[in-house]
Amino acid sequence: MAEEVTLLDFWASPFGMRCRVALAEKGVNYEYKEENLRDKSPLLLQMNPVHKKIPVMIHNGKPVCESLNIVQYIDENWKDKSPLLPSDPYQRSQARFWADFVDKKAYEMGTKVWKTKGEEQELAKKDFIESLKLLEGELGDKPYFGGEAFGYVDVTLIPFYSWFYAYETCGNFSIEAACPKLISWGKRCMEKESVSKSLPDPKKIYEFILQLKKVFGIE
Amino acid sequence: MADEVVLLDFWCSPFGMRVRIALAEKGVEYQCREENLQDKSPFLLQMNPIHKKIPVLIHNEKPICESLIIVQYIDEIWKEKVPLLPSDPYQRAHARFWADYVDKKIYHYFRDILRSSSEGEELEKNKKEFIEELKVLEVELGDKPYFGGDDFGFVDVSFVTFYSWFYAMETFGNFKVEAECPKLIAWAKRCMQKESVAKSIPDSLKIYDFAVQIRKKLGVE
Repeated sequence: MAEEVTLLDFWASPFGMRCRVALAEKGVNYEYKEENLRDKSPLLLQMNPVHKKIPVMIHNGKPVCESLNIVQYIDENWKDKSPLLPSDPYQRSQARFWADFVDKKAYEMGTKVWKTKGEEQELAKKDFIESLKLLEGELGDKPYFGGEAFGYVDVTLIPFYSWFYAYETCGNFSIEAACPKLISWGKRCMEKESVSKSLPDPKKIYEFILQLKKVFGIE
Repeated sequence: MADEVVLLDFWCSPFGMRVRIALAEKGVEYQCREENLQDKSPFLLQMNPIHKKIPVLIHNEKPICESLIIVQYIDEIWKEKVPLLPSDPYQRAHARFWADYVDKKIYHYFRDILRSSSEGEELEKNKKEFIEELKVLEVELGDKPYFGGDDFGFVDVSFVTFYSWFYAMETFGNFKVEAECPKLIAWAKRCMQKESVAKSIPDSLKIYDFAVQIRKKLGVE
């Protein structure tokens, strides 16, 4: 039976980007459906009734929700090509730990950077850089978080690279100055076609954030 | 080489309990070290420098942190006995989704309700939302004996540990989960009949006493 894969997504979502990168790594053909988050489609609400969020991957009619869950599913289902998670259980647990860290710390802190101002923003910038430095420590001298090959933690974090310009401009700071190795890693990942074709232009993300700030009344 | 397994834990942590149950299901012997969360040991801080939290499983001196990640690790290492996650990738994704749901949607109510004073709108709002989220879980359970189907599995391990905190929640919030979600209580009692669960979960009254102490310290009335 031919595989039928649909991805319900939103162009600027770093969570959606993870799924795009994973599907591209595995060479899976899929239908991309852009959702309007202010007017969610009946299909999205039917496929993710619990959270009502993107991304949702629909595989042969069956939905999988939550981006890290989707990436693990993609890795397990299309296991013959480009393994994303290591085969060793301990290495796997470490990869899951760092992916979870990205979600718990990096994403939240980054969001605070563009949503706040004044002292609150200064604190958010400090926390954000601290979390990036911890990630940089974990990367060490490896080309990728996965080691020699691009892997699960790389997929999890790289979408935020497209948001860095927006964070830096809103917060008036340089991520490269604080975390040069992480920026080198970002550029290295962007040389991969699966990544470069899945991530939007950082300038467009910045424009999008400016729109959001207007909507939220932040200046 | 004989396995050396140590668990850094705190007696009433629902997250620590998950790991205890998983280890018991697999018949793994381990050393349990109780942490004082007001005065964390240098060993804990060394084994979990990022989050500085329990539980931490240390297997042949290598630490694994975050309870759901630990349970998956246990399931993968000791894979010959009692699988907790299904073998089919779609069923596995489904199980991970619901375990994540417990963490994202259910857990914070335990914190919020225990910290709310006995009167007031905030408590009523939290109770109402908490019951709604429990009902979503009850629908997912359906008529199955366990979330895992016929067998106790990953989602069961993830959620049953919070059952020990229900009595405290119900007493502070003046409500009964059973009145709203009878199937969920029936499920919990079914799980408690398993030795791996019964011996891993402390007495609800002891947890209630502990929660009373916490509320006193926080000045909650």
